Amino acid sequence: MSTENILFVDHLTMRFGGIVAVHDLSLTAERRKITALIGPNGAGKTTVFNCITGFYRPSGGTMRLTHDDGREVRLERLNDFRIAKQAKVARTFQNIRLFPGMTALENLMVAQHNALMLASGLTFLGLIGAPSWRSAEKRAIDQAKFWLDRIGLFDRADDAAGNLPYGDQRRLEIARAMCTEPALLCLDEPAAGLNARESAELSALLLAIRSQHGTSILLIEHDMSVVMEISDHVVVMDYGVKIAEGTPQEVRDDPKVIAAYLGADEQEAIAVMESGT
Amino acid sequence: MDYFAQQLINGLVLGSIYGLIAIGYTMVYGIVGMINFAHGDIFMIGGFIALISFLVLVSFGLTAVPVILLIVLLVSMAITALYGWTVERIAYRPLRHSFRLAPMLSAIGMSFVLSNYSQVAQGARVKPVPPIITGGYTLHESSGGFVVQLSNIQIVVVVTTVVLLAIFTWLVARTRLGRDMRACEQDQTMAALLGVDVDRTISMTFVIGAALAAVAGMMYLLYYGLVDFFMGFVAGIKAFTAAVLGGIGSLPGAMLGGLAIGLIETLWSAYFSVEYKDVAAFSILIVVLIFLPTGLLGRPEIEKV
Amino acid sequence: MPEQTHASRAPGVTFIFKKALISALVALVLFSLMIGIRTEAGPSGQLIYWTRFGDLASMVAIVFGGSIIVELLRQWLGPADTIRIVPQRLQQGLAIAGRLVAPLLLIFTFLVPVIFYDQRYILDLGILVLTYVMLGWGLNVVVGLAGLLDLGYVAFYAVGAYSYALLATNFGLSFWVCLPLAGILAAFWGMLLGFPVLRLRGDYLAIVTLAFGEIIRLVIINWQSLTGGPNGVSGIPRPTLFGIPLTPADDGLAARLGIEFSPTHRIVFLFYIILAMALLTNWVTIRLRRLPIGRAWEALREDEVACRALGINTTTTKLTAFATGAMFGGFAGAFFATRQGFISPESFTFQESALVLAIVVLGGMGSQLGVALAALTMIGGFELFRGFDQYRMLVFGVAMVLLMIWRPRGLIGHRAPTVFLKRAQAISSDLVKEGHG
Repeated sequence: MSTENILFVDHLTMRFGGIVAVHDLSLTAERRKITALIGPNGAGKTTVFNCITGFYRPSGGTMRLTHDDGREVRLERLNDFRIAKQAKVARTFQNIRLFPGMTALENLMVAQHNALMLASGLTFLGLIGAPSWRSAEKRAIDQAKFWLDRIGLFDRADDAAGNLPYGDQRRLEIARAMCTEPALLCLDEPAAGLNARESAELSALLLAIRSQHGTSILLIEHDMSVVMEISDHVVVMDYGVKIAEGTPQEVRDDPKVIAAYLGADEQEAIAVMESGT
Repeated sequence: MDYFAQQLINGLVLGSIYGLIAIGYTMVYGIVGMINFAHGDIFMIGGFIALISFLVLVSFGLTAVPVILLIVLLVSMAITALYGWTVERIAYRPLRHSFRLAPMLSAIGMSFVLSNYSQVAQGARVKPVPPIITGGYTLHESSGGFVVQLSNIQIVVVVTTVVLLAIFTWLVARTRLGRDMRACEQDQTMAALLGVDVDRTISMTFVIGAALAAVAGMMYLLYYGLVDFFMGFVAGIKAFTAAVLGGIGSLPGAMLGGLAIGLIETLWSAYFSVEYKDVAAFSILIVVLIFLPTGLLGRPEIEKV
Repeated sequence: MPEQTHASRAPGVTFIFKKALISALVALVLFSLMIGIRTEAGPSGQLIYWTRFGDLASMVAIVFGGSIIVELLRQWLGPADTIRIVPQRLQQGLAIAGRLVAPLLLIFTFLVPVIFYDQRYILDLGILVLTYVMLGWGLNVVVGLAGLLDLGYVAFYAVGAYSYALLATNFGLSFWVCLPLAGILAAFWGMLLGFPVLRLRGDYLAIVTLAFGEIIRLVIINWQSLTGGPNGVSGIPRPTLFGIPLTPADDGLAARLGIEFSPTHRIVFLFYIILAMALLTNWVTIRLRRLPIGRAWEALREDEVACRALGINTTTTKLTAFATGAMFGGFAGAFFATRQGFISPESFTFQESALVLAIVVLGGMGSQLGVALAALTMIGGFELFRGFDQYRMLVFGVAMVLLMIWRPRGLIGHRAPTVFLKRAQAISSDLVKEGHG
């Protein structure tokens, strides 16, 4: 039995010393849908991400992830690598974190580490070259090849990741995250630094991931064209709290959201909107 | 109780010496983010320079002890500071933008150079020196016959340390150089854009650290009556432990850490075992870095992803 | 008429002369007391001295001249990281030559005992080089592959040596039985070291491992009842060939084969033992690099945060790196003990750790061939200085500084990928991270 929502964040609070970065935030992400988290810089979006993906331990609140089979995982109780491994939450980073000294193919192979470790019998089967290991390795390479082809880097599989152009690196990071076969994919500003054509390719890629792989996506983004085009649901943050949520159209027309981005207050924003300028 | 009091005094004196060396470590780590592995050997060189200066002065017929001490202090500070400056210029500055491992390996290399240079230049045998400052005060005589003493040399060490600490704290807090140092510690690029001569500031940091280490070397010579080539290695690790204990980047922390290490080492030797006193000091380093990575007075760091 | 700007011309003679003069003056001050005056403990214990102004003058002159030479070289060669375009044909030629170096070197090594059968000195040197090659390959797993800065590698060398020595002298176990035990013990200590340093990075990690190495050495020196203290352990038995000792006695190998006994037999035997052990280390390392654990080590070096985000348990990854590196160090230590027949704490100082680390860095971290070549260069170089121990370390220190300034990435400037679709393209060292621990 699969419920409608894959991620439930309830009353999430994150404090750093005296600073409250996130205050009493609640949001839900629907299964097999794309949820966008937007807001001005400093709103606390990446902090929320870091809490969900296990890099920060939240000061309060709960985060529940529900798998397809109904299994529930409490994310605030897991830390570190376990969120990726057990909860099947994958992420990309604001500043690309590839393995620059390894090839694109190797990057994707590292992503499949846990499955391969099991298949290699904790290395020992691998050392002796057992057939079960060899076929597992081949399967992993095939999966990597599939994703390289999907993001258009098949011909550059053997190039060092650090040598790839910026747009390719961004897509490679997403492909690497997908190689972990996640249930929830968290993307931190995937369109940052991309031009219009690259942004359109990114949007197409994310839509394909949603429909063909059934992966739920949660993304932070400043590029409104991407947000408007692909999001099913948008959550807006400012100063650590949620100020609006809804469909992209609802959020776009919400005076509170406009005010937050403009730095003006709500009355001014409404006045501007009503005057038609 | 009296035995304990005596160990306290001894420990604080030893700790002052460690503290002076630790300041050099903490200042350099704060400003360029590297452990100056050669700093302990700078301390050793300071001791040697002091030794040779003493010898020369005495052989010229000088007998006034305060005059000799002052001259030796200034000479060894000056020359050792030049050693510190040279090491930075040759081995660290070219590597400032290289990858992380490079300055550290260069520092290790420089450490070998300094200790073996001394050995080659002065011969491998230990050099003893007759006590230059003698006498002291009896603080307390217990019924059991144990005497708690405060020797003149101990007073000299502590007073010198306090004076120098005051001078350098003032330097860092009030002068232009100190401000520049603190700016470079926070953000080198921005400091450079605002007109701070980063190269010169970093050089001065090394120079000051070396000068203080020279004083420590001279104090060590006066206190223990000898210098040897490898005293830099062990003293260096202990002083670095002190710097970490007090919180890397904090000047008062370095001195506090030094006193703590001096006390722990002396008390351990007195009450447990002398052979394993170095093991105790090294173990403290490991324990501090595991449980208190930012030290007692340091600032906690949050990892940004 | 445009003025000629002086900035566009190369530094002139005056500049070089001024720089050399300043260097000479600095040298004069630095060396004035340390070289100009020589102290020594006199006959009745007091300190005496004599002057060596001649030596002082010549050192200053050397600095002056050397400064001029360095400036001229700098102008001629350009700044330290100038990229020189190598012509295509030469590049291809070098690539072909590069591929041949490893197999040729291997064949040569196999034949060394045959070629140099009567030259005991060369055989001993060969054994020494191979021991350091193995140590280098072992440390390479920790520093080169996983990017964990270990300055206390000598600790595992010592654990392996003392394990074998004590097990053999106290319980009479043979070398072949003790060898795996030494490795297991060393691996255990490797994990023990790994636990406290899990959260440490960079310089802090380095100094803690250094402290660890020193603690082991101090414990060995002071725990006299167990280790014999500064006197060490002697009478360590030599290895046997399937139980047959290599002695002149009637049950010795020579007698059984019906050939005349020669002490060289044992040396040759030891040579092939260490060669086999080193090759095993190499083979295991290459295999592990292609397995998920090895790839995880390298990924750890590249970006630890990304590893965690991919679900990799960085704790176990680090621990296995330490344990594996330590295990090879332990094997090498056991071999060292059996080769010498006698061990003492003096062989396990920080200088050894620094030497092995220098070999790994010089070799180009992660490169098997590079480490082997670096070991050959360093140990060979050391041998040239035999008898001049102090100068040896002095030159070693200078070499380390120069190496870092000139070629910090080592001899082999690239990394070979472990899996490829079409072609294995070497990745330039500039892209490869050196790891933060």
